[in-house]
Amino acid sequence: MDGTAGANTLTVDSAAGELATPPPQSLWRRVLASGGVSYLFILPAVAIYVAVILAPILMGAGYAFTDWDGLRQIVNYNGLANFRRMIGDQQVRSAISTTLIIAFSLVVVKVVLGLVLALVVNSNVKSRNWLRLVFFMPVVLTPIIVSYMWKYIFSNNGTLNTLLKMVGLEPLRWLGDPTLALISVIIVTSWQSVGLSMVIFLAGLQAVPPELEEAATIDGANPLQRIWHVTLPLLAPAMTVCVVIALIQGLRFFDQIYALTRGGPGYATETLSTMIYRISFQFGEFSYGAAVAMVFSLIVGVIVLPVMQVLRRREIAHG
Amino acid sequence: MAKGRYTAGTFAVEVAATVAAICFIFPVYLLVTIALKERSTWSRNPMSPPFNPYFGNFKQAWHEAYLGDALISSIVVVTLSLVILVTVGAFAAYFLARCKPRLGYTLYVFCLLAMVLPFQLGLLPLYQMMRDLGLLGTPFSLVIFYCGYQLPFTVFLYTGYIRALPRAYDEAAKIDGATDMQTFLHVIFPMIRPVTGTVIILNCVFVWNDFMTPLLYLQGSRWATVPVAVAAFVDQEITDWGIVFAALVIGIAPVMALFAVLQRHMMEGFAGGLKA
Repeated sequence: MDGTAGANTLTVDSAAGELATPPPQSLWRRVLASGGVSYLFILPAVAIYVAVILAPILMGAGYAFTDWDGLRQIVNYNGLANFRRMIGDQQVRSAISTTLIIAFSLVVVKVVLGLVLALVVNSNVKSRNWLRLVFFMPVVLTPIIVSYMWKYIFSNNGTLNTLLKMVGLEPLRWLGDPTLALISVIIVTSWQSVGLSMVIFLAGLQAVPPELEEAATIDGANPLQRIWHVTLPLLAPAMTVCVVIALIQGLRFFDQIYALTRGGPGYATETLSTMIYRISFQFGEFSYGAAVAMVFSLIVGVIVLPVMQVLRRREIAHG
Repeated sequence: MAKGRYTAGTFAVEVAATVAAICFIFPVYLLVTIALKERSTWSRNPMSPPFNPYFGNFKQAWHEAYLGDALISSIVVVTLSLVILVTVGAFAAYFLARCKPRLGYTLYVFCLLAMVLPFQLGLLPLYQMMRDLGLLGTPFSLVIFYCGYQLPFTVFLYTGYIRALPRAYDEAAKIDGATDMQTFLHVIFPMIRPVTGTVIILNCVFVWNDFMTPLLYLQGSRWATVPVAVAAFVDQEITDWGIVFAALVIGIAPVMALFAVLQRHMMEGFAGGLKA
């Protein structure tokens, strides 16, 4: 666009010369022109996108309106039956609220702890490089493997209960009690991913100009005031990234629950992800699973997109 | 906390942070310790350091969980996925960074859409597709899945970086008579090496660690990747934590090794890469 537009204005400006008539371009040419490199460059990506992302998602949306079980050749259209069934389905409702509880707890924990850790490892403590490594390391570890490790720690004769007994407290059923199981799952996931928020905030902190903080100190701000009024507003972009990543992760997560509780006790830790997996692949109700997945997509979209909008607006206001 | 001054407050923070870090890393210590103990030892003293390390657990886990096969399978899947992602992603990004703004914006929105829409919706039909193509139980089904699923993100990373490169480079190459492909291979691609590093690190960690997809596509096949093989083994062996933990240690050893070598790059990659 830039190139052609520039060339055109140039010819108009120097229109005095009759030789400068622009080369005839057909409408097709202009519509099809990429303005840069050959379309062949993007062809493989488009092919993969259509085959692996777009087509399956559209098909999935289509199956939601049928009674298909994933095996039979016959597929019957049955309108909104799957969605009607969902409204009366107590398990779906419980899975939705569990998913939301986990997602929002993760956002809060990751943002608050991640920010505190980032401030610590960005200060002039001597061990800051070691601390960064320690807090970040779990981020790269395989979630399912880490979860099995925590399963031992949470088990009835596991580490946590041993420690509780040592200080004279009653052992708890970490994975057996519905509320505690939910908390345990959140602990494991936070442990694994707080380092990610930390490094994102750290990158934001390192971009804060030191003059601004010094100016605030000279003006008599105490450290807390300085962080609250100067540093935090400048961290708005990092905040957006952290919140969105934590939300998406919280809404989608699967491995930790698979390893720790399998959705139990009862259905206390069943999330939409584990539920879709169970319905579609273990019960073979493909179309009902697709309908749940569709509602799930809507929930994710309805939550994530506005959050992104609000946070971005804050960035601009401060930027 | 002006930088450079080490006050009593800083010292207090230092101590508190160190204690927190020790608690934080304790589970990993526990993992290794218990893996190095026989059943009779860990059941009595799970937390003490392993004074007489016992390696039998590792031997047993390695054989019974078929971890050798799983490692090969994981390496095959990760390598193929990375090669395709880097090639296809960088090509597409070069196009996006250099095309007309309106076209670029449309494609960008499609990219964003794919990153926000939950893949669960496509998971079932894709599974069906793989089954019809006879790819279930082979590493190719996984490679295809990861290439699709991680492509938008990869293109994002590359596009941002290529946009920042002045077009003068392309134009100079064109004037010298280079084709688009030559310009890309000899001028652009060498310049975007840093972001290729980020792309490789982030995708490698994601693909290596993923569990749900191989669980679906490879269950019961010889090609189970490390997370699936470990999970299958642990679920039947849950009584002896020494052997279980040995399997877990072998399972995370490759990522740990990668992290040990690339610590700084990894942290920067995660911090910067996910911002795109």
